[in-house]
Amino acid sequence: MKTRVFVTLKGGVLDPQGKAIHHALEGLGFSGINDVRAGKLIELDLADGTSDEDIDAMCSKLLANTVIENYRIEKIG
Amino acid sequence: MKSAVITFPGSNCDRDMAVALEQASGVKPVMLWHRETEIPAGIDLIAVPGGFSYGDYLRSGAMASRSPIMAAVKEAAARGTYVLGVCNGFQVLTESGLLPGALMRNAGIHFVCRDVALTVENNQSAFTSLYQQGEQVVFPVAHHDGNYVADDAVLDRLEGEGRVAFRYAESVNGSARNIAGVLSDKSNVLGMMPHPERAVEAAHGNVDGVRMFKGLVEGLMATA
Repeated sequence: MKTRVFVTLKGGVLDPQGKAIHHALEGLGFSGINDVRAGKLIELDLADGTSDEDIDAMCSKLLANTVIENYRIEKIG
Repeated sequence: MKSAVITFPGSNCDRDMAVALEQASGVKPVMLWHRETEIPAGIDLIAVPGGFSYGDYLRSGAMASRSPIMAAVKEAAARGTYVLGVCNGFQVLTESGLLPGALMRNAGIHFVCRDVALTVENNQSAFTSLYQQGEQVVFPVAHHDGNYVADDAVLDRLEGEGRVAFRYAESVNGSARNIAGVLSDKSNVLGMMPHPERAVEAAHGNVDGVRMFKGLVEGLMATA
C-alpha cells in the first residue's frame, strides 16, 4: 500500500528555503511569483491493512515536527 | 562530578566536550554510543554534543532524538540528572521534547561560523552560576539550523520563568527574541547553539566557556 506524507511548514513560520527558491526563480527571469514555501514528500510502502492510527502516529512521532510543521496523508493504493 | 558524553553517528564535538569536562572535573567522562540503553549509575551530567548526527536527515536532531540512548537520557532528566545539549545537542533536546520550541534553518540561509557575543540572562542555574547576571560573554557558533522558533505563548512563558539562559547580543540566525539557550522548567536541562566547549583553553583564544564547566562541577558536587 503506497502512502504519501506531505510535510509543510505551518502558516506563520518563516521559510528561509522558500525565500531563497523564490529569489532564485526571479533571478532566472520568472515574474509574478507571490510566494514560495518548501516542504517534504515522504513515500511509504506499507503492508496492506496498516491502520490509519499507525500511519498518523508515524507522522506525529517522527515524520513531522508538529511544533513547526503540518502533515497531510494521501493513500494512493 | 561524573559526566557522560553521548556519541551519535555524525557527532563531531563529542571529544571536545569530553576534554572540557575532564579539564573542569578532573574525571574522564564516560562515552556512550547511541545504541546504549542505560545511563550508568552515578552520572551527574549528560552532555549531548554538537555535530551532524545521522547526517541531519529528515530534520537536524530528529533521528538522534529517537535513538535508544535518548530514551535513557529522558528518564535520567526526569529524575533530575543534569543534561547539557550544545548545537546539534540542542536540536536533539528540542526534537526529543526535553526542551520546548524547534530549531529551523538560519533566517539568512547561510551557515554561520564565528564568535558571537551573548548576554547571560539567568545566572541562577547550575550551568550559569559563575557568570554575572547580564554579563556579556563570547562563544563560537557554527550552525546552519540555529533559528529558534516557538509560539508567543511559549516564548512568554520562557521569559517569565527566567528560562532564557543566554541571548545573542546581536541578530545571528533569526532566533525568536534572539534566544541562544533555554533551560527546562526544573533548570536541570540546558540547550544552546553556541559552543562553550570551544572556549576553554588559551589556545582557543577565549576561555569564557570555562566557568560553565567549573560552575557545573561546583554546583553538582554540592548536591551530590
